[in-house]
Amino acid sequence: MAASAETTLDLVEAPIRVPQPPAELERTPLVANGRSFGWLSNRVASLIENKAPGWWWVLFSISLLGLGLLIFCMSYQISTGVGVWGDMRPAMWGWGIVNFVWWIGIGHAGTLISAILFLLRQRWRTAINRAAEAMTIFAVMCAGIYPLIHVGRVWYDWWLFPIPNANSIWPQFRSPLMWDVFAVSTYFTVSVLFWYMGLIPDLAVMRDRSKTKARQFLYGLFALGWTGSNRAWSNYEKAYLLLAGLSTPLVLSVHSTVSLDFSVSQVSGWHTTIFPPYFVAGAIFSGFGMVLTLVIPLRSIFKLQDIITIKHIETMCKVTLATGSMVGYAYMMEFFICWYSGDPNEAFHFSNRALGPYQWAWIPMILCNVLIPQLFWFKKLRRNLVLVFIVSILVNVGMWCERFVIIVVSLTREFLPSSWHYFRPTWVDIGTYAGTFGLFFTCFLLFIRFLPMIAVSEIKGVTPQADPHNPLGGAKVPQFVHEEH
Amino acid sequence: MTETSTQTSKPYGIVAEFTTAASILHAAELVRSAGFRQWDVFTPFPVHGMDKAMGLRNSKVGWFTFVGGVIGYASGMIMIWYMNAFDYPIVIGGKPMFSPYSAFPPSFELTILFGAFGSLIGMLFLNRLPRLYHPLLKNKRFSLVTHDRFYVVIECDDPKYSEVETRRLLEQAGSRHIEVVED
Repeated sequence: MAASAETTLDLVEAPIRVPQPPAELERTPLVANGRSFGWLSNRVASLIENKAPGWWWVLFSISLLGLGLLIFCMSYQISTGVGVWGDMRPAMWGWGIVNFVWWIGIGHAGTLISAILFLLRQRWRTAINRAAEAMTIFAVMCAGIYPLIHVGRVWYDWWLFPIPNANSIWPQFRSPLMWDVFAVSTYFTVSVLFWYMGLIPDLAVMRDRSKTKARQFLYGLFALGWTGSNRAWSNYEKAYLLLAGLSTPLVLSVHSTVSLDFSVSQVSGWHTTIFPPYFVAGAIFSGFGMVLTLVIPLRSIFKLQDIITIKHIETMCKVTLATGSMVGYAYMMEFFICWYSGDPNEAFHFSNRALGPYQWAWIPMILCNVLIPQLFWFKKLRRNLVLVFIVSILVNVGMWCERFVIIVVSLTREFLPSSWHYFRPTWVDIGTYAGTFGLFFTCFLLFIRFLPMIAVSEIKGVTPQADPHNPLGGAKVPQFVHEEH
Repeated sequence: MTETSTQTSKPYGIVAEFTTAASILHAAELVRSAGFRQWDVFTPFPVHGMDKAMGLRNSKVGWFTFVGGVIGYASGMIMIWYMNAFDYPIVIGGKPMFSPYSAFPPSFELTILFGAFGSLIGMLFLNRLPRLYHPLLKNKRFSLVTHDRFYVVIECDDPKYSEVETRRLLEQAGSRHIEVVED
């Protein structure tokens, strides 16, 4: 007691000398250049309030054309039949399912960033979570289209859901395909809820600075009357934490369930227990690829370098490297299990993947997913934006090849050699795939035009001046004097 | 007419503006120890430690999530049992009519789905949202709350409220801008 009283006295009389940590131990701030709260609001809101730039209209027109192509291809396919696709016995799952799995995988990075990184207290996520969550929602929309039109008679799609129908037959819950219906629709709904809840305070930011009546009304309506009350923040933060906690097992379950569509069947190359974790790793890998592809141009065009700093890009590269290596491990493990099981069908299948007629898809798969991401071991390369952008695109090329290798190579070399065949996509396959890009970018461009693409309220909370115990936040700590080296 | 005009000019509360996170935290501690009950702090982002400074208890949103999750899981299991084992049982691949294992994935998804709705609806319910009319939202200055300012608001309905005394307390807390907002 006496000692502590003495220290207090010392505090008052002579300042304690606290040695400053060496510069290399200092954390890089999440928001560069010490930007103020007001600057952050103004910067993010200006992207919406300023007139749409010329490039936005150019990209939006191209995306609308793509969306038109999607609607045309879908109408043609629905009115004619699934035969217009390249699907042919025994490969009844072609590009439709390849693209479904590919798009839904891309969505996973958004939820990883918004939920898992939130639980892990990775505060850098705040700079990118809004855009990544939007990406998730639009990617799941693109994915969801495929199973719905793949069934052929789309007007019976509602049979997938447990709704009483005239035949009084219920959906069959013993099939993983049925689990998938629940997984994907829950994923979409929960992603939208999470995204919207995060948007409420930011919609209030937009409401309070709107000049036009229409904006005031619409932002005001969707902000639900948010005032920033701390009693409300308290409930809000709890709900956000709970939603993050719910979304974490959800995102892991979605691609696991997708993978069960394959691994529960007997087809060689599909029937394996490694599929759920392997699919989840691949999904997060491809999603981070897409986030990088979107974020790198956006931060340069919109001059957001102070919010999405080079450190953010670097960290995302590290996640890409880690998940890419996990995917590489899964590839190796598949080959090992194939050899270890001694199953002749598996052995044939895996040699056929690497050396067979679809070698053109297998080689880029290994290159883009396993080898090229290894470049991210080097800090210099992680900070080279042009290189990172190119790699991020290659990641998704590689992941598309992976989906193709898994689905088409397995199906076209069935157990019965007489039904073997070589899969060729038709123009409708290609048009539908290109069209989903139209849908995705139409939605994404509208998003960056009308909603704050950076979570303003969250990013304010991670600045040093938001911390009431930091001198920048107004805390008084005059007794401590930092010792200069 | 005179009656309505007197009603509209009835004060809602006193609003004090602060500019830093530390000053608002300090102000909240002062107001709390002064014994006010109907008051609140308004910030552009959740300020760390504010719940404790205001003496708020742990949020009750978790109960809504929990109830949502339980309803989701139970409804999933019961639905699947009813549909595949009770109402229209069909043998498929010799699998049992109902198994908690095959019924788990959809029930799990419904747990998440209902739990998520529970969290969002619980948060909105506890915050009395949506509420598109609020006396504070009419105030021009107060709109800076979503920009970079922090506010303490003490409502006139609070038994301890007195315009002079409360204003003095808020001035002591370091506020440079204090005004009375009408209801």
